[in-house]
Amino acid sequence: MSGALQDWKSQKKPFAAVVTAPVFWLALFFVAPMAIVWLYSFGQNAGPADIEISGTLDNYKRATEWLYVSIFLKSFAVAGLTTLLCLIIGFPVAMAITFAAPKWRPWLLLGIMLPFWTNLLIRTYALMALMGTNGYMNKGLAGLWEGASWLRTLVGMQPLDAWTPVQLLYNNFAVVLGLVYVHLPFMVLPLYSALDRLDKSLIEASLDLGAGHLKTFMQIVVPLAAPGIVAGVMITLIPALGAYLTPDLMGGTDSQMIANVIERQFKRANDWPFGAALSFLLIYAMFILIAFQSMRSNKVKAA
Amino acid sequence: MTQAKQPIIQIRNVSKRFGKVTAVDNISLDILAGEFFVLLGPSGCGKTTLLRMIAGFEMPTEGQIFIDGQDMSLVPPNKRPVNMVFQSYAVFPHMNVTDNVGYGLRIAGVSKGEIRDRVAEALELVKLGGFEDRMPDQMSGGQRQRVALARSLVMRPKVLLLDEPLSALDAKLRAQMQFELADLQDKVGITFVTVTHDQDEALSMASRVAVINKGEVAQLAPPADLYEYPANRFVADFVGSVNIFEGKLTLDEPDKAAVDCPGLGKIYLNHGVTGPHGADVWVALRPEKIYLHVPGEGKAVRAAAQDAPDGHNLARGTIKGMSYLGDITLYEIQLDGGQMIRVSRPNLSRHDQEDFTWDDKVSMHWRADSPVVLLS
Repeated sequence: MSGALQDWKSQKKPFAAVVTAPVFWLALFFVAPMAIVWLYSFGQNAGPADIEISGTLDNYKRATEWLYVSIFLKSFAVAGLTTLLCLIIGFPVAMAITFAAPKWRPWLLLGIMLPFWTNLLIRTYALMALMGTNGYMNKGLAGLWEGASWLRTLVGMQPLDAWTPVQLLYNNFAVVLGLVYVHLPFMVLPLYSALDRLDKSLIEASLDLGAGHLKTFMQIVVPLAAPGIVAGVMITLIPALGAYLTPDLMGGTDSQMIANVIERQFKRANDWPFGAALSFLLIYAMFILIAFQSMRSNKVKAA
Repeated sequence: MTQAKQPIIQIRNVSKRFGKVTAVDNISLDILAGEFFVLLGPSGCGKTTLLRMIAGFEMPTEGQIFIDGQDMSLVPPNKRPVNMVFQSYAVFPHMNVTDNVGYGLRIAGVSKGEIRDRVAEALELVKLGGFEDRMPDQMSGGQRQRVALARSLVMRPKVLLLDEPLSALDAKLRAQMQFELADLQDKVGITFVTVTHDQDEALSMASRVAVINKGEVAQLAPPADLYEYPANRFVADFVGSVNIFEGKLTLDEPDKAAVDCPGLGKIYLNHGVTGPHGADVWVALRPEKIYLHVPGEGKAVRAAAQDAPDGHNLARGTIKGMSYLGDITLYEIQLDGGQMIRVSRPNLSRHDQEDFTWDDKVSMHWRADSPVVLLS
C-alpha cells in the first residue's frame, strides 16, 4: 500500500485514483475563485452588480496612494509587533512545558490548545468583556487604586482623586493585545516541538563546560531551536498580517488593518476590483515572506 | 606514575532520593588522584546518579562531595573542576569540530591563539587531526565520542567523568577504545571516573572498581581482587561467570577450612575464612577453575591435585549442554546430586573439544585455593 504510493511514478493508476479528488477539489474551490478575483483586480465597475474586466492597472495604481500604503505598513508593524511579543512570551512558555514533569506536559499543552476549540468570535468578545471600562481589568485596577487611596489616608495624606476607568479597548494597544492572545498558541507549539527534540544533555554539556544559563541559552538553545523559531514566526506573522476580526472588534477608528480595508471595498464600498487588487497585494507580500523563509532554510540545509 | 596518591574526590555519606525511590544509599568512598576509577553495576543501581552528583547535575539529598578538598554542595556544574563525556556524547550539532572543542575555552575567555593551540593539541591527543572543519552529522559515533573527549580534555579538568563511554560502540571498536582510554588516561594523568554496566570494560580499564548494587557499594577493589576475591554473592555473580552452592562451614582454622555443600560435595580450602562455625555460607567456584577429567588420564590429573584430603574437592556429573566458543568450550554439567554446574575448558589443542560429548559421565576436581567462601 505504502509502497504503491511511494512509487507513484511506476504506479500511475493508484496514484491517479488517490490524487484526482483533491486536485479536482482544489481546482474547483480554490484555484478557480482565486483566478476570478485576480481577473477582477484588472477590471472596473460597469454597474451595481457588473464588473468589466478591461485589463486596467488603475486599481493597483490607486493602491499605491499613501492612504493605502500607510495601512499596509501599519499592518506589517502591528503584525510584526504581535509576532515579537508572541516570541518573547511564547519562548519561556515553551521552555516551561519542555522542562515540566512528563505527567504535567499533556495538560499544559492542552491548556495551550484549549482556546483553539472555542470560536474566535466568542474568545474576542470574552476578552472585550474583560477589558471594557466596566470590565474586570478596570475593576481590579479600581480596587488597587482605592486600596492605595486608603493607605494614603491611613498615613495622614490626602486621598487620591476618584478612579477614572482606563480606556483599554478600541485602540492599537487592544488590537495588539488581542492579536497576541489569539496567536500565542501558533508560536508556542512549533517552539515546543523544536525544544522537545533538543537533546537535554547538550544543555548539560554546555553547563559542564563552564557556560552559565544565559550563555547556554544564547549559544545552544536558541540556535538549535532556530527552525522552531522561524516556523513560529511565519505562522504567527502571516495570519496576523491578514487579521480582520480583532482590529474590527477591538480596534478604534485609527487601528484598522489592511484586511478591514479590503472588507470595506467588497461590502460597503462595493468596489470589488479595488478590493481584489488589495487582496492580491497582500497575498504577494505573504508569498515574498514564505519565499524568504524557504530560501533561508535551503541555505541552512546546503551548509 | 606519581606515588603520592591523594584523594581527589571524597564522597561522604551521600544519599539521593527521587520521591520514594532511593537511588544512592549512604555511599562513602574516596577516588584517588590519577587513578582510573570505575563505577560498575547493573542498570538502575544508582551509579549514573552518583556520577551526575559529582558533575553537579544532581544534588545529594544527604551527605557531601568534596573535590580537591573543596565542598561542592553549593557549587553549580559550570563552576566545578570536572568535565563530563556524556553517554550520548552531546556534541553540539550546530558547531564544527574546532568550535565544539573550543567551546569551553571561549566561554572562559581564553585568548584566540591559545584556544587554537590547545584545540589542536586536544584533537591530536584523540587522533582527530584533520577533522577540524567537520560537522558532527558527517562523523561516525566513534569520532563524535572523540570530539566529546577532546572537548572535555581541553579544559584540563581535575577529574574527567565518563558516562557509559563505550556502550554505543560496536564490539571491535569498543575493545580498541578500552585500550585507548586507558592509554590516554596514562598520558594526560587526569583522574578518570567511568560509569559502566559492562564488567569487561571495568576489568580491562580500571585501577579500582566500585561495584554498586541497589544504591550501595557492594565492593571496592582492584579488578583482579574483584574477580578472585569477591566479597559477596552479588559481586561474585555480577563480575564474571560463577557457580554458587549453599553449604555449612564445618572447619575453620587459620590455614584450612571446609564447607559441606549438599549440592556439590565436601569443599576443602587451604586457608581460613574466619566465619562463624556451623554457619550457612556460600561457595563460589569459577567455571575455568574446575578441571574435567578426560577418561584415561584421570588418575594423573588427580595425582597432581593432592592438595586436599581424600573425598574433597571432587564431583561427578553428566554433560547436559556444550557450547563451543573457539578458544574455550563451555559445559553445562548436571551433578549427581541434581544441581547444574558450569565448567569451561580451554581448547589447547585443535581436537580438545572432541574429548567430551553430550550425556558423557564425567568427574571433575578443583584446587584447594580455588573456591571462595562467601558469608553474604
